[in-house]
Amino acid sequence: MSKAKGSNDAAGGMAFERKIDEIEAKIAELEALSLSTHLDISPELEALKAKRTEEINKTYADLTAWERVNVARHPKRPVASDYVAEVFDDFLELHGDRYFADDQAILTGFATLDDRRCMLIAHRKGRTTKERLECNFGCAHPEGYRKALRKMRLAEKLGLPIVSMINTPGAYPGIGAEERGQAMAIAENIMAMFTLRVPILVVVIGEGGSGGALGIGIGDRVLMLEHAYYSVISPEGCAAILWKDGERSPEAAEALKLTSKDLIGLKVIDQVISEPQGGAHRAPSVAMAEVKRVLSRNLEELEGIPIEQLLEARRAKYRHIGAIQGRFPSLA
Amino acid sequence: MGDEKTSGKNALAEEKKGKKEPKKPQKEPRSKKKAASKDSDGSKETDGEVEPKKEGRLSRFRFSKKKDMPGGLWLKCESCAEVIFRKELEEKGRVCPACGFHFTVPGAERVAMLLDEGTWKEDFDQLEALDRLNFQDARPYAEKLERTVQRTGQKEALICGTGQVHGRKVVLAVLDFGFMGGSMGEVVGEKVALSCEVASKQGLPLVIFTSSGGARMHEGVLSLMQMAKTCAALQAFHEGGGFSICVMTHPTTGGVTASFASVTDIVLAEPGALIGFAGPRVIATTLKQELPPGFQRAEFLKERGMIDEIVSRTDLPGTIARLIDYASGPRVSPDRPPIERRSGDRRG
Ligand SMILES: [Zn+2]
Repeated sequence: MSKAKGSNDAAGGMAFERKIDEIEAKIAELEALSLSTHLDISPELEALKAKRTEEINKTYADLTAWERVNVARHPKRPVASDYVAEVFDDFLELHGDRYFADDQAILTGFATLDDRRCMLIAHRKGRTTKERLECNFGCAHPEGYRKALRKMRLAEKLGLPIVSMINTPGAYPGIGAEERGQAMAIAENIMAMFTLRVPILVVVIGEGGSGGALGIGIGDRVLMLEHAYYSVISPEGCAAILWKDGERSPEAAEALKLTSKDLIGLKVIDQVISEPQGGAHRAPSVAMAEVKRVLSRNLEELEGIPIEQLLEARRAKYRHIGAIQGRFPSLA
Repeated sequence: MGDEKTSGKNALAEEKKGKKEPKKPQKEPRSKKKAASKDSDGSKETDGEVEPKKEGRLSRFRFSKKKDMPGGLWLKCESCAEVIFRKELEEKGRVCPACGFHFTVPGAERVAMLLDEGTWKEDFDQLEALDRLNFQDARPYAEKLERTVQRTGQKEALICGTGQVHGRKVVLAVLDFGFMGGSMGEVVGEKVALSCEVASKQGLPLVIFTSSGGARMHEGVLSLMQMAKTCAALQAFHEGGGFSICVMTHPTTGGVTASFASVTDIVLAEPGALIGFAGPRVIATTLKQELPPGFQRAEFLKERGMIDEIVSRTDLPGTIARLIDYASGPRVSPDRPPIERRSGDRRG
């Protein structure tokens, strides 16, 4: 998995947002000027802000798949720790897989959402450079998946619903990861999640990177933020293999059909959570408030469904992904 | 060099060789394995979700100088670098006469190697890929598929059906690396799931052979979802008491290793098989370091507790038959219905 390549320019911005960035720089300049000189420049400021809104609307009205991938990776986009702080009223972290290590790339623990107790499982990307390195940019090792499974089984025992937040470029490709059975850990999780006798709510908040995402990604409902992406391979990886040219990532992103809009059409996800105009990184609190509202509503609905029915529907849903009436025979 | 044209469907009709009686798995002499080969022939080497750079024959084995041996009479063993006469390799069940390395076997040939003669009945062979994304890279996926179908005479990368192993009836599913690197798309996922369901319905053991570069990226996230689908189907099969065996053969990587292949009741591997999640080249590139010798080979995985046993190609039918015998018959757990022993006429 290509490691979290955040943005496509060094300043942390994105090429397609350059015009917006320029306007924002001017706004900041004017505001500073107004403070230091006590001049009234509010008309100019208002005009600039209107221009900024217009530019944001224009840019975000028609994002390409590749641009969305970059929004999903934006360094200021809310990550697990932000959700823990803003969406959940309480969080009690539980560490480790009790076999090998405490993988920092997956955060697990008891959480409370609107008086509802649940188990939170989330990819952790980190915010600072130090944090990002500690959690391998959100790329989990086998012990991360095993830690997640251990906590999910605890949730099952205690009858708590599971909320799984996905944000990973993919599972970590490394010697240790292979030695300790990366593939086996992911496979074990996928299979086990079909048996867990509690509701599972999955939400893709940023990057849905392949098997690394699916390893904590089987759920009764799979939600996805508007500008998140979910793909079998990173656009860079796909471009390198099929186009033999990593520079062709924008084309690969388009071809892979990895946006929330594509995936709802393919029935791979169940709901799209809208983001504030200009993406979650522009107004994190607004974005997270919406996530909270949607999570809460879904948890309430899922709790109302008898567990046997839920399990059957969970299995049936994945069993039928990809099958097309009339083309694939059902068993006689 | 594997040639699907000659070793395809006809292989089934070939005289079956080898003993039919189950015997103890023999320890295969450990072959000299080189660290992950670094030449750029392109298959299975990305990050787990892969297809061979060149579909077809040349992608399966690595040559030091491909142009010197254009699909030809000779090929070089990727494990010991010995130059082997192709015909000899095929006669020896595609096992290197010098080092015992187990080469990839075309799907139909694998079926013939494993099953009792005349017992194979293929199912769901008409399922074909749908290209629901209208995927196109340098050329359209649909075109690539069409050519692969023509070249291989198969509609998809997975062959499944029923047959007998030393007289024990099984549901068999075989991934064929010669069909787009054995990659898993909607049809492969569907056929694995259907195989689980047939096995469940008929009370038969399920035997799966894998050789795959992983998910088929031309089918986007739909191919990724096959990991979920196959695990769901296998889980349902297991819940009903079903017994499953997966034999991982060279190479098995990516989304196939990270789904159904790793969660069968028994996981076997052929000697020297490359098995992993990420391809060795991706790992080497990511880490910018040499990989340890034997990395991701079957022996490496066995040492680390990831597989039940390494079984040589000639011992596989016997070992599978013995495993099935252990799984058959009365069970002390009453909530798990036993799978029936379905004896064929050849059963001794
Ligand atoms: Zn050899």
